[in-house]
Amino acid sequence: MKFLLQRIAFYLFTAWAALTINFFIPRLIPGDPVTSLINKYQGQISTEAIQSLYVLFGLDKNASMWSQYVDYWGQVFRGDLGLSFTFFPTPVIDILQQSLPWTIALVGLTTLASFAIGTGLGVLAGWRRGSWLDGLLPVTTFLSSIPYFWLGLLAITLLAGPDSIFPSSGGYEPGLVPGWTPEFMGSAIQHSLLPAITILISSVSGWILSMRNMMVTVASEDYITVAHAKGLPEKRVMMSYAARNALLPNVSGFALSLGFIVGGTLLVEIVFSYPGIGYNLFQAVGSKDYPLMQGVFLVITLSVLVANLIADVAYLMLDPRTRKEG
Amino acid sequence: MSVKEPVLEIKDFSVDYGLGDQGVQAVRDVTLTLHRGEVLGLAGESGSGKSTLAYGVTRLLPPPGVISGGSVIYHPPGGDPYDVMALTDHELRAFRWAETSIVFQGAMNSLNPVHKVSTQMLDVIKAHEPDLSPQARTARAQEMLKLVGISADRMDAYPHQLSGGMRQRVMIGMALVLQPQVVIMDEPTTALDVVMQRQILAQLVELRERLGFSVLFITHDLSLLVEFSDRIAIMYGGRIVEEAKSADLYKDSLHPYSEGLLKSFPALRGPRRELSGIPGSPPDLRGMPSGCSFHPRCPHAFDRCSDEVPLLGIPSARNDPSRSVACWLPGRVPVG
Repeated sequence: MKFLLQRIAFYLFTAWAALTINFFIPRLIPGDPVTSLINKYQGQISTEAIQSLYVLFGLDKNASMWSQYVDYWGQVFRGDLGLSFTFFPTPVIDILQQSLPWTIALVGLTTLASFAIGTGLGVLAGWRRGSWLDGLLPVTTFLSSIPYFWLGLLAITLLAGPDSIFPSSGGYEPGLVPGWTPEFMGSAIQHSLLPAITILISSVSGWILSMRNMMVTVASEDYITVAHAKGLPEKRVMMSYAARNALLPNVSGFALSLGFIVGGTLLVEIVFSYPGIGYNLFQAVGSKDYPLMQGVFLVITLSVLVANLIADVAYLMLDPRTRKEG
Repeated sequence: MSVKEPVLEIKDFSVDYGLGDQGVQAVRDVTLTLHRGEVLGLAGESGSGKSTLAYGVTRLLPPPGVISGGSVIYHPPGGDPYDVMALTDHELRAFRWAETSIVFQGAMNSLNPVHKVSTQMLDVIKAHEPDLSPQARTARAQEMLKLVGISADRMDAYPHQLSGGMRQRVMIGMALVLQPQVVIMDEPTTALDVVMQRQILAQLVELRERLGFSVLFITHDLSLLVEFSDRIAIMYGGRIVEEAKSADLYKDSLHPYSEGLLKSFPALRGPRRELSGIPGSPPDLRGMPSGCSFHPRCPHAFDRCSDEVPLLGIPSARNDPSRSVACWLPGRVPVG
């Protein structure tokens, strides 16, 4: 318990540091969002309006850095991340709320599936070393070296097209209204198939490889021989003795990859013009949309931190040696 | 003493590592009988094939180990004897631990670090006696741990919370929990200090008297065997070179190798004697010397030793069926 509190305190500190950096970065880079917004409207804004825009973005030159910092924290806690330029005047938080479910649904589910499939295959490949399953390994090594986005481009070129059932871009049929209707859900699933397969193919191999290697290492441990000598059923030795212990390093890898769900597959979303958070970031960078960028970074940072915390907790539950008494 | 009844008969047992030309023979034509209720010691240098024999008997050899010949006849109490080598996978699983359990060399690592002691004790009972109620299983496990000197509240401990000696006791308790007829102990106390070694072995002897199992005790420490075992077999280069009652072997060893082993540790009682080791180093399994594999290191070797392999038999000079030796020296050649 004490260990858990320590971890939480550590992550709170990290979150504070990340948010503080997030506050300073836009203020340190040359040029400011208001200037770029003014440029966008090409002189149609009056001087008073410019000043009020500065105040709105928290970049009021008359206010001290400290008071800006305090205001920034107040805004963060209210969930007020400013207004987006690209979609002016929509608040950043609304844009994130719209795109986050798409990313979580697509990348989150595929990451889970890829972890489950890869680990399962890895367990089998490691346990039946020398069988035909070993033939998987060179293939998976090859696939894991292909970047997501390139595989995505390849998939679009080869599989998508006017006659294909795979749409090449977007998250759903443009004419449909988002909602929990069967029509919309069907369309959303159809649109997610190609990016999902792309991510699955290029990420599953990593799990297979690492799990298989851990299985091979663990299988030569003394306690596996003892488990065999005890006359336990083969399946129990494989799952409860070998796989259970081999899983540990994969769990931390999984938690890390959870953190990258939000940001790491940016390129897939760009390639497929998928309405997720990575695509948001792409748009934001294209139009110097500082508040949106800040918002996206904030989401990525927080999700990495939460994923790490989850990994710590999972490790605590899975490995008794990390638990400290008292 | 009543007529000795065999419980495990190892006959012409050979184990190879690797196949074909690359293969080396680690155990050669070993014939050894373990009788009911006795402690049979198996001693020899590192690489002499002791552990390979133990793994082979229970068919636990990791690849590339292959059993290339021989049989292991197990005599269940009040049943017909059967060959362990001929068992199906299913029968083998039922045989393991319930009839023959093993305490391994690396007993420190024999417990799975992520499971509680109780889980690891109970799953073996569950696998072999699925009809037993969970309460009865727990009671059995607790009782066994108490016998080896571990209090019942340690059941819920994880292996890393136990000391080396405690882990070893847990492993011995686990080996006895199904009350097997045979317990194979492969250097069970090598990782422990001498005091703990004695304690555990004394306890083992006591348990054997109470539960009546037989022990095949494998070690490189001959002094330990002289004290604890009924009979001793000496292994060299994959073969048994001498077999005798402990006292006979200690007082009057016949094979020059046994003699060398005995001279390499000091006696606690009795007259002082010169300590001397055995010159040279253990044979390379890939290029075994011709004839008797000990002859390059043997102080008494003569021509015949390098030409012919001596066979294990009752020595002509001691007309005693309880002992056997494989040596060409006068008086040690088998009768007949």
